[in-house]
Amino acid sequence: MTAAEVTEAPAAGLGTRLPRKEDAPLLTGESRFVDDLAIPGALWLGMVRSPFAHARIGGIDTSAALAVPGVRHVFTGADLRDGWAAAMPCAWPVTEDMKAADHWPVADGKACYVGDIVAVVVADSRYAAADGVDAVVVDYDPLEAVVDLEDAAGDRVVIHDALGTNQSYTWTLAPDPDAVERAFEEAAHVVGERYVQQRLIPVAMEPRGVAAVPSVYGGDLTVYSATQIPHILKVMIAATCGVPESKVRVIAPSVGGGFGSKLNVYAEEFIAVALARRLGVPTRWTEGRSENAVATIQGRGQIQDIELAADADGKLTAVRVRLLADMGAYMQLVTPGIPLLGAFLYGGVYDVPAYSFECTGVFTTKTPTDAYRGAGRPEATYAIERAMESLAREVGVDAAEIRRRNYIPADRFPYDSASGLTYDSGNYGPTLDRALELVGYDDRRAEQQRRRDAGDTKHLGIGIATYVEMCGLAPSRVLASLNYAAGGWEAATVRVLPTGTVQVVSGTTPHGQGHETSWSQIVADKLGVDPASVEVLHSDTAVSAIGMDTYGSRSLAVGGVAVDMATDQVIERARRIAAHQLECAEDDLELADGGLRVKGTPTKAMTLQEVAFEAFSAHNLPDGLEPNLVGQVTYDPPNFVFPFGTHVAVVEIDEETGMVELVDYAAVDDCGVQVNPMIVEGQLHGGIVQGAAQALWEEAVYDDDGQLRNPSLTDYCVPSAAEVPSIKLDHTETPSPTNPLGVKGIGEAGTIVSTPTVVNAIVDALAPFGVTDITMPATPERVWSAIGEARSAQEGAS
Amino acid sequence: MNISLSVNGQERSADVEPRTLLVHHLRDDLGLTGTNIGCDTSSCGACTVLMDGESVKSCTVLAVQADGHDILTIEGLAATAGATGDGAAEDRLHPVQRAFHEQHGLQCGYCTPGMVMAAVSLLAENPHPTETEVRLGLEGNLCRCTGYHNIVRAVLAAAGELPAEEVSA
Repeated sequence: MTAAEVTEAPAAGLGTRLPRKEDAPLLTGESRFVDDLAIPGALWLGMVRSPFAHARIGGIDTSAALAVPGVRHVFTGADLRDGWAAAMPCAWPVTEDMKAADHWPVADGKACYVGDIVAVVVADSRYAAADGVDAVVVDYDPLEAVVDLEDAAGDRVVIHDALGTNQSYTWTLAPDPDAVERAFEEAAHVVGERYVQQRLIPVAMEPRGVAAVPSVYGGDLTVYSATQIPHILKVMIAATCGVPESKVRVIAPSVGGGFGSKLNVYAEEFIAVALARRLGVPTRWTEGRSENAVATIQGRGQIQDIELAADADGKLTAVRVRLLADMGAYMQLVTPGIPLLGAFLYGGVYDVPAYSFECTGVFTTKTPTDAYRGAGRPEATYAIERAMESLAREVGVDAAEIRRRNYIPADRFPYDSASGLTYDSGNYGPTLDRALELVGYDDRRAEQQRRRDAGDTKHLGIGIATYVEMCGLAPSRVLASLNYAAGGWEAATVRVLPTGTVQVVSGTTPHGQGHETSWSQIVADKLGVDPASVEVLHSDTAVSAIGMDTYGSRSLAVGGVAVDMATDQVIERARRIAAHQLECAEDDLELADGGLRVKGTPTKAMTLQEVAFEAFSAHNLPDGLEPNLVGQVTYDPPNFVFPFGTHVAVVEIDEETGMVELVDYAAVDDCGVQVNPMIVEGQLHGGIVQGAAQALWEEAVYDDDGQLRNPSLTDYCVPSAAEVPSIKLDHTETPSPTNPLGVKGIGEAGTIVSTPTVVNAIVDALAPFGVTDITMPATPERVWSAIGEARSAQEGAS
Repeated sequence: MNISLSVNGQERSADVEPRTLLVHHLRDDLGLTGTNIGCDTSSCGACTVLMDGESVKSCTVLAVQADGHDILTIEGLAATAGATGDGAAEDRLHPVQRAFHEQHGLQCGYCTPGMVMAAVSLLAENPHPTETEVRLGLEGNLCRCTGYHNIVRAVLAAAGELPAEEVSA
């Protein structure tokens, strides 16, 4: 490579597949995750967890543990009871009368799920802490577990005595109930389906971890946590531990994935803080994988009843939904609100005139549920996209045709949905056409028929699903109407340093999404500089003081837009400074070659570096202009953004074994303008496999005693490279009209739609047997049994 | 127990508890924190290192079992390709690391050190694998971010097996 090639600025603008700036430290082991940090003098914490799903806690004998070499202390719930300023927070009490039990970091009196913390061991090393945990003897009086969701809702056994019921809340969205009733009375076709969303374990590859470093004399506190939300965690540490917020600094170092499981504040974080302050030394804790399965939130956990009403042509006239949602034993940060994130979307991509939704949140003696990639929207998309297949069968049309008849027409955007949303922009049909083309739909159908005619025992199935999601969380006033306790804005600062390089400070907290690269591209594109000269700072509340963090496919559509707007402010200031220096009108200046120049007089120009130095020296600035070249924005979006797309899966099922193989997968998505298509594709690849895993492999299996039967990665089937195919992607581009970049979120899209896509393919493959439903995950045993049962039923009928 | 092993070309001696896992010895005693821990059942492969040139899961090897052996961790990989010294960070990578960078084979990066070491081992055994061979060869390493699509492409690219029109795609 010649010197000229090296110094040539790489293509940088929006839409460029720029390799990531984040990569080299991660590829070489240089990055530091929480457990990698050297924290001198830190004591290790070990959590003693209830092995029972529901039990009264009797005596706790700590003597053997305290005799273990290296163990310093053991604390029980009673020891720590008076140390908390408040119970652990739930930020989303969805109704005024929602019932929730106080959730303390260490259980006191009663354990309500397997994994509930009942004591904490403090030791010199991680091995000693583990030894100490094993040596604590707890006298439990087991109570009956409450596992089944409908049984829980019936209050046969009440978990939280003070509440008197396991039903926490019922939340209703019924803008026009009479219209829904009428539509069902007058419908030519009615479809009623029940689906079960099994519980899932998020399995971010890095388990959680936390370290709390107190300053005994200074009074301040630094907390390192494997979290998606350092800014929110800071607030919650102040509230729960009673530390002045101004004294708390939270740092999320490299974070190894989250998928919603680190969009939470956890008992271990509060315990680490409380004990660090109490003992006056740093404390640290790293979660084990099997511990993670019970101690970190799980996802999904719903029973869905969905009914569709349609006219004779299969055109939808109403959708009616009723949910039972499994909260688990306690409310975590946003547990009760997760079903609400789907509540508005059970009409999906279809023009639905009448709509109603009702959800009841129910406590069980299981690990709390909360946000898991997609959070409510995968569940909604699954229900409508599977029910549309039933409607297609009922009406007697092809799966693609039923969708085409019902898509919201492209000329109806912005579209006001019966659920009360305004979909910003969309054009659904082309994504279906292209996705069908990518899998060779007609040829696949012909091959499917050929195999059926030949009596082949390996059946092809083709599944289709189209989705729209509301993401880019979120307009603060909408959050207020949903009783969410915080706002949905995001902050950004862009500053040009005296020497001309640029720093961006973002309130988003990337943990794999590549914000350093994408935000650099946004700024570099606008300023006309090399993205390598743009540094993005984040994830440390002392550096990025204001932020709402990363979840809900919000970072680009809210945080990235804030970066873009802050860059505009920089340009505006630079224009004033340059006009003053060059003695011209501001309007006479144009951005070019990484600086500003007078239109038509290219020799009269200033580089950004020169402007920045003028701002720094402040020797000759326009009157009244503050001496800086900084833009600062806190952006509250006017609406959600609504990405969409169509995915098509092809599966092959061996009827003799029930084995399902995913043989082809095509996805055509539209997230508006793409900043870095390579990163968009990466998000889709991962999301698609994660959603397909719900369809095929993953389930947190609880037995009748409330024991999680598959807490380790030998039993909980996260797919490997060997289980999945390469994925065919294409896209359309329908910009969002609600933000200046025209962008929409893409982090959750793949997960939202791939689950129904794959299950629709399985049901399609099994159609000759008369199978119309399969329970997730569609394990070989379940598929084989479904075939057998359908055959028996057919033989019984004939 | 006293053990002595070669780690990334340097002789390292230490006194360890017999039960110490190699991964904890590398991370906690030697400060080589690039090797990550993602599970407790030898399932995820985040802790993959090379022992005498073969990939092992360092959570399943006791430090005492590594006594007298050569260990290569992610921190030492680039040097084995002579990729050190000055220049842009991307130019100071092993070809497999560079392929992961160019093909976007990592997102959060937590599985990455183990995945890269497993890929290096795979390519040492089979320098020109097919896509299926790559997928089967990496079966012991889990990733939650990428869906494996770009990891597979990265390994094929490092082997020179990616179609030319896709290399720069």
